[in-house]
Parts: sequence; structure tokens; C-alpha cells
Amino acid sequence: MEKVLMKGNEALAEGAIRAGCRAYFGYPITPSSEIAEYMARKYPKIGGVFLQAESELAAINMVYGAASTGARVMTASSGPGISLKQEGISFIAEAELPCVIVNISRGGPGLGGIQPAQSDYFQATRGGGHGDYHTMVLAPASVQDMMDFAMEGFELADKYRIPVMIMAEGTLGQMMEPIILRDPVTPGYEKPWATTGCKGRKPNVITTLHLPPEELEQRNRYLKSKYDLIKAREKRAETFMTEDAKLVLVAFGLMSRVAKRAVMEVRKRGIKAGLIRPITLWPFPDEHIVEAAENGAKLFLSLEINMGQMVEDIKLALNGRSRVEFYGRIGIIPNPEEIVGVVMQIAEREGL
Amino acid sequence: MEEKQVLFAGFGGQGVLSMGQFLTHAALSAGKHVSWVPSYGAEMRGGTANCLVTISDEEISSPITENPLMAVILNRPSLDKFENKIKPNGTLVINSSLVDREPRRDDLDVLKLPVNELADRLGNPRGANMILLGAYLEKTKVVEVEKALEYFDVIFKGKSEEVIRKNKEAFLAGVEYARQHW
Repeated sequence: MEKVLMKGNEALAEGAIRAGCRAYFGYPITPSSEIAEYMARKYPKIGGVFLQAESELAAINMVYGAASTGARVMTASSGPGISLKQEGISFIAEAELPCVIVNISRGGPGLGGIQPAQSDYFQATRGGGHGDYHTMVLAPASVQDMMDFAMEGFELADKYRIPVMIMAEGTLGQMMEPIILRDPVTPGYEKPWATTGCKGRKPNVITTLHLPPEELEQRNRYLKSKYDLIKAREKRAETFMTEDAKLVLVAFGLMSRVAKRAVMEVRKRGIKAGLIRPITLWPFPDEHIVEAAENGAKLFLSLEINMGQMVEDIKLALNGRSRVEFYGRIGIIPNPEEIVGVVMQIAEREGL
Repeated sequence: MEEKQVLFAGFGGQGVLSMGQFLTHAALSAGKHVSWVPSYGAEMRGGTANCLVTISDEEISSPITENPLMAVILNRPSLDKFENKIKPNGTLVINSSLVDREPRRDDLDVLKLPVNELADRLGNPRGANMILLGAYLEKTKVVEVEKALEYFDVIFKGKSEEVIRKNKEAFLAGVEYARQHW
């Protein structure tokens, strides 16, 4: 099949279009802006709505509005911009509106810098805004994933009526790789809850206000049951050489590819290393971690472009079964040589 | 072929990123696995710019490295920054028009050409990057020159014939320079 070269951000935007997304609301920020630029170029030709809002707050509330009508809708931003959207994301989660939110991540906190990072892991996986909720979080590792996960993101969003976040390091948005263009899909989910005009039927109401205590608790119990269902069905991870691994690297996104190369290198030197790449960051693929531990992994090394946020999830999964260590950088994606050095040091110390 | 990583580095505006993109396109057209990773953001405005191209027969595991096998250097600050990072016995291609010192390492295969002078002589100062790319490919065969030429029209799709012709001319001038001097 013929492959075309695309930037990660463009592949993601094209994936959204192929998934039937015809509405984009955003406010530009490096390194995510190519997504908005791509939509601004394409939508006028195919009858979509591109709107550069006056702020991130406005953009996310426009997403709320468009999603209420059942339309497939997306917004994208980066670190500080995603923080600004959190109030809206909380509302969207409570109103159970399907949409895709993209974070092409940079380092923080505060304004931070524009270099690649995974510093928004906690924000993405713990809900991010106020209240008791989760968003699903997908972590692409290649430009192909950027397209594929955009399409998958809309499917999951519609299936579970949940906001889906795609979180990728800035570098992944900026880099180019050849990809296979996926066939467009026709959104197939019935949305009887959507506010499409109520002529001939009872009005649909989309609200996030539940003042009576019983109603509020009921609502939260219901959301919890939905999250449990997603946890049971949708955990995804890629495993590489974990069957006999004594040391398991855990890394997501572009970082996982660097880690994979490092595993291949240290295997040549006789170190039984493996890799687990979480694809869904929420729900976190804890069974994959447990399985590697049961297969004899003594030590897990979390590799992140932050200061060790995913360590908590690995520890929760292991529940004391094996030890967890951490190596990370910020604003720099460590290269395979650096990771090989770290792994060899650990292997020597541990006698692996 | 092992994964070959080529770093292109110079001032913003020298066509560093597009050189890398051209090579990426050409390698893809020749059936290789490729990736192109740019430095991005503040670095692009007047400062240094660089991109890393990885070419392989196999699927590319990591598109990132600190130690490329080859570096194509368009200015002095880039030589200062990247000389020590090139893999042992790697290849260093230097634009001697703008780099006023010799490399310090003696294990590298150093290839020099005065790109800006050559481009001025062609009457196409903006073609400097294509001259360098032509010479580089003729020497290293990372992608066959004939293949790259075949795919010129595909790579420059959407550009005017005049732009394509000028770029091709500059590219061939580089090929010719490498044949005669390297």
C-alpha cells in the first residue's frame, strides 16, 4: 500500500477528518498549532467548521456545544492551554459528551517551555478538572498512531459517551514519518440523547447540575460503573520480550520506541530485559504489569519525560510484588544510548 | 542496511529542514523506512536549526539519537555543537563557505565543499542546500542519485516548473562537485 509522509500533527488532524469529525475549535499554541492549521486549510473545502476561539475556555465550551448535538468534534492544545480547558472537560465528562481532546505536550509547570515532555500524565490520567471523573487517555508512539488513534478516539468517545484525550510528546506532533492513510469511516453510533431539535419528541436535556443529594450520588455511582466497564474492557498495552524478562522497562509514547531500541541493545549483551508500553494511560494496563511480574520480573524501570508520575500506577499495579525504579528527563527525549547506560548500570548492581 | 542517521544543521533559513525533508522523501520513494525529526520552536527564528533523518531497510525503532552516523553542517556554530556527537568513524560534510575552522577529530571522513560560492556561481543563492544534498548523496549513496532524480517531481509536487528546474540544477551541480573532488 502506498505510504505518504506526514507530520504527526497533520496525521492526527487528517485522522479526525477521516473519522467524520467536521468541527474543530481551538486556540493555537506550540507545539500543537499544525492541527489547527490543517483544519483551517481543509474544512472550508469539505464543509467543516474551523473556528479559532478567543481563548481555550471558549474553545472547550464550543466543543461542549457541538458535542451536545451529537457531532464529532475535536480541540487540541498543549500543557498550559489544556489546563485552561479543564473546567470545560469536567463539564463534558459529567454531561457524558463524546469528543476528542488532544494534548501535544510540552514541559511545565507554569508556562514551562515548548520542548517535548510527558509532564501532564497526572493531569490526564486523574481526570484533570474538578469532580469525580476520568477521561480515556491514548498515547500514540508513531505518526501512524497519530492518525489511527484519532480515528479510534472518536469510536471510543461515542461508544462510552466519554471525552477521549490523545496525549503525545511535542516531538511526535512535529516529526514526519510515512503512514498508510486509513479509509474514512461513517460515524455509526445512534445518539438519541443529542439535542437535535425536539419536534415530535420530548426535549433532550443535557445538564451537569444535580442539586438533590440522592440524585448527585446516583449520578456519581453511575459514572463509576461506566469507568469500571471501561477498565474491564479497554486496557491496552504493547509488550516486547517480557516473557523471560528479569528487568522490565515501562515507557509510553515516543519514549517507548527509544526504550524498545535500548531493550534490543541490552539483550545483545545478555541482559534479560523487556518492555511494556501502555497505550491507554487511563485505564492503566495494570494486568500487563502484573503478568510480567508473575513471569519473574524482579525490577520495573519507569522511563518518562517527567519526574516519575507513572511510577505510582506501576506501583499500584504491582502492589508490592516487585520493585519500581525511575529514570527520566524533561524537555529532552533521552536517546537509546543513554537508556542502555542506565539499564546496564542497574543490571550490574542487581546481578542480572 | 543498518539504521543510518543523518543530522542536518545550520542557521534557520539555510534550508536545513527542507534538505532533510527532501532526503526523507527520496528515501521513502526508494522503498526505505524513514523518519524526520526537527528541532522546533524558538530555535527556528534566526538561531540554529537542525533535523535528524533516519533511513533503514527495517522498521525504525528509535527515530532519535544523540550520536548520528553522519552530519551535514552548514555553519560554524553547528560544527561546534555537533562535531563531538558524530559516531566514531562517521561522516562529516561541511559547508566550507561558512565554516572557518578545521574539524578537531581525526577519525571522521570529512567532506568539504564551498556551497555558497558554488550557489552564487550558479546564480542561485537559494539553491545552496540542494548543492550540498547532491554532493552528499553522490558520495554516500544513502539514496541513489538516479532514484532521487526520478522522484524530484513527486517530492516537489505543487511547486512551479521553474522552482523544480532550479533545484534540480543545483542538485546536479553538487553531484558533479562530488565526482570531481571527493
